[in-house]
Amino acid sequence: MTTPHTAPPAAAAAAVPETPAAAKPSLLRLDPAARRVRRTELWLLLLAMAMVAGYLAAVEANMLDTVTMDFWYPVGVLTAVFLALHVVIRLRAPFADPVLVPTVALLNGLGVAFLRRLDLGRAKIDDRPELAIFAGDGGKQLLWTLIAVTGAMALLWFVRDHREVSKYAWTLGLAGIVLVLLPAVLPSSVSEVNGAKLWIRFGSFFAIQPGEFAKLMLLAFFAYYLVRKREVLALASRRFLGIDFPRGRDLGPVIVVWAMSLLVLIFEKDLGTSLLYFGMFVVTLYVATERVSWLIIGLVLFFGGAVLAYLLAGAVGGPFTNFGQRVEIWLDPFAEPYDRGYQLVQSMLGLGTGGMFGTGPGAGNPLLVPEVRNDFIFAGMGEEIGLFGLTAMLALYLLVVSRGLRAALAVRDSFGKLLAGGLAFTLALQVFVIIGGVSKLIPLTGQTTPFLSAGGSSLVANWLLIALLLRISDAARTPASTGGVRR
Amino acid sequence: MNAPLRRVGVVVMVLFGLLFANLNWVQAYKGNDYRTSPYNGRVQIDEYDRQRGYIMVSNPGSKPIALSTATKNNLKYLRSYPGGAAYAHVIGYKPVNGTATGVEQLENDILSGTSDKLFADRLRDIFTGSHTAGGNVTLTLSKTAQDTAYEQLVKNKIGAKSGAVVALDPNTGAILALASFPSFDPNPLVAHDAKASDAYKRLEGQAGNPLLNRALQETYPPASTFKVLVSAAALSANRNPDTPLLAGPGYQAPGTTHIIRNATSSTCPQEQMTLKEALTVSCNTAFARLGVELGSQRLNDTARAFGFYDDSLRVGNLSATDRGMRVEESVLGPLTTSSGGDDKPNIAISSIGLNEVRVTPLQNAMVAAAIANDCSQMRPYLVERLVGPDLTTGLYAAAPKELRRSCTASEAAQLREMMVSVVENGTGKKAQINGYVVGGKTGTGTADEEANAGSDGWFIGFAMKDGRAVAAVAVILDDAGKGGSGEAARIAGLVMKGVIEDKGGK
Repeated sequence: MTTPHTAPPAAAAAAVPETPAAAKPSLLRLDPAARRVRRTELWLLLLAMAMVAGYLAAVEANMLDTVTMDFWYPVGVLTAVFLALHVVIRLRAPFADPVLVPTVALLNGLGVAFLRRLDLGRAKIDDRPELAIFAGDGGKQLLWTLIAVTGAMALLWFVRDHREVSKYAWTLGLAGIVLVLLPAVLPSSVSEVNGAKLWIRFGSFFAIQPGEFAKLMLLAFFAYYLVRKREVLALASRRFLGIDFPRGRDLGPVIVVWAMSLLVLIFEKDLGTSLLYFGMFVVTLYVATERVSWLIIGLVLFFGGAVLAYLLAGAVGGPFTNFGQRVEIWLDPFAEPYDRGYQLVQSMLGLGTGGMFGTGPGAGNPLLVPEVRNDFIFAGMGEEIGLFGLTAMLALYLLVVSRGLRAALAVRDSFGKLLAGGLAFTLALQVFVIIGGVSKLIPLTGQTTPFLSAGGSSLVANWLLIALLLRISDAARTPASTGGVRR
Repeated sequence: MNAPLRRVGVVVMVLFGLLFANLNWVQAYKGNDYRTSPYNGRVQIDEYDRQRGYIMVSNPGSKPIALSTATKNNLKYLRSYPGGAAYAHVIGYKPVNGTATGVEQLENDILSGTSDKLFADRLRDIFTGSHTAGGNVTLTLSKTAQDTAYEQLVKNKIGAKSGAVVALDPNTGAILALASFPSFDPNPLVAHDAKASDAYKRLEGQAGNPLLNRALQETYPPASTFKVLVSAAALSANRNPDTPLLAGPGYQAPGTTHIIRNATSSTCPQEQMTLKEALTVSCNTAFARLGVELGSQRLNDTARAFGFYDDSLRVGNLSATDRGMRVEESVLGPLTTSSGGDDKPNIAISSIGLNEVRVTPLQNAMVAAAIANDCSQMRPYLVERLVGPDLTTGLYAAAPKELRRSCTASEAAQLREMMVSVVENGTGKKAQINGYVVGGKTGTGTADEEANAGSDGWFIGFAMKDGRAVAAVAVILDDAGKGGSGEAARIAGLVMKGVIEDKGGK
């Protein structure tokens, strides 16, 4: 029986987009709020690509004394692939944070542009205008960007809810540990590059850094484990010196991770990765339990371990020697400026030459810095874009991290909070470890600079990290009325 | 969980704040130190961004002896030295790594364009975006004299393995020729690749030490050329060219059994001869006895007045006499005993330029130049003019300076008279030049049986025209064997002829 008080058909038709049925959006029929967000993302993305185009044009102007039409090709490819990602986000994560993708795209684009600039620098002057688009490190990085962004799109497409990840937590945790420790047990011929055993090499051309992926897997596991254990870790404690300390048996997992990071430090000769895993774990533990005591225990364990390793380097040598040397180089790189201190000295000289404003893109000599395409890319860019440019780059990273933390604050489920918070902090810590290393704030350790350094593993893993943050921020920002993720 | 997440945010802010503060320290505060650090390869690349200026000889219209040509590499200009080995010890070289030497080092600011004198050019570059070339240096060298000096050293007729020539303009102190033998080709040393350091290592290990500038940095026993100084000391002690001296075949100084003899038994067998005659034939016994009579004090004073014991002399640009190429100190050695009295046996041997008397070729040329210029000894210099990149704007022109008065004008005239007699009647006949009055003194290390004297052939002298000095010269042939001083005199004559030729016969 129909009543005259039911909604008129016209009104019902108008209300259709507002109903839960619209939670399955399409390109054309997007929620107006989502449409506003995505439009912001699109314009920011085009602005980012315009900046990359400007950078590449400046490079050509400085290095070729003319701007050829070639500089459009890398920008075109980058814009196309990021627009594809934008479309996937419209379809699968329409409420996701609009700042993340443009910011990361700008970092990624500048990385490609700078690597292309290095290729031009290596080429003979006469050959420079003929540098092919996919040639050299810049071209390879461009290809890796295609693969990495495709990976991010796939993750967004297939993982519709970040909580699905927790179903595979134990598998991911185990796989993560295996990946972390694999290079340590493999023979050096397969796993060692420049003194750090972090790699798995397939032939002489292709190599992956499993640690980059292990980072994400372990974090997913930590988040899952801590959500389940947070009650007991937070409540069962003893009070000592006004601080609540956990019970001895609850320390088990912490000790395991601590031991693992020390193993990494000693056998993979890599302080940075070790610091990264441990910091990542301690911080997620702290966020989960809200207990400051975990931070104190973590800091004491890590710095105690590091100091012990340094002392052992002097007393025992052996596996500790590498770490001891790195600390000595850090304390005084100019002691052996052409020998052990060479890398750091050249990095400092590059940064110092850049000064406040830099020499301009393409006008410096970043190739004087060893490993400028990997670990030292930030120092290499610093020569050409100066303190102002590097400060802007730091601001970009800070923006990505703060958007990740904001997603963590806004998302409603504990697993999502821990995962997003952990991912954001891990990114921040990695940036701190490598940039602090190349600018002599802390001892230098081989880490990739996220989204800048040449290398596929790092780029793919970090874009997956961004895809996870996008997924969580979408969950956090989806209004409840559209049937978004429930509590 | 939001409270700890916010605190994590604060931690991240702190970490990034540390990074930002540290970048400020490295890039802004320490930036200039790092930019100009000797470890910073960009310093060199920047240097090579601007075409380095020319170095030229004094002859108008002649081709540069150092120039930079464009390359297609990171380092945009390659230095080259068309003059090769003949000019290597004067110009030096400007390697990519390490420090420059010679004039390349001395006038680096002008040549590289970083001098304050070229500020206007750099200012213009900022607006035009171009890199104006560096300034140019004109040396005092006389091309014909320099080429002759080096060529004759290399092709000397007595097989000497090393030697040096210095020619000066006695009126100004301008260095007209400065050659050291053996020399080296500076071109491989300025290559842009590792060949440069290989070439340097090869030269360093080479016998005869070709990198050593013997004209300035090696000292030799002056042998009989020292008799000129003893003569000057005698004139200052109220003697004159006609003062009779005791000569004879042998002289035994008080307090020693050692007998000083003459080069040949026919040199001065007579019991007595004048000072002028003794110098003309280079009589050892007369000068040994004369030196002992004059005493250590007067010999020392005279030597100082002519430039001995000057360890601060630098040769280069007269506007910066504390810079430039270092000149080794010339010395007489010990002439007194431990109690302070005259050590007569030592004075006797030192008076014929042996024992521990040591001079640089430059110092010996300065002795001849002072005598030619009425004992006004001029400060020697190498840089005649500095001009801007356009080759016309004058930045500096040398204003000759007197270094010291060595004796009185009348004593100088008497010394000239005696030295002219040496070339006209005595041991230095091979230095004669048609139409010019040439004076000089030879020296041969083997004149005595003193083993440490080696076998050097020396000639120092001057050429005059119408009472005006044209050139002064010192030539040494080391390890010369027989006839060394005669060959040195011949070369000295040719070098002075070269000077005359470049001056248009004036």
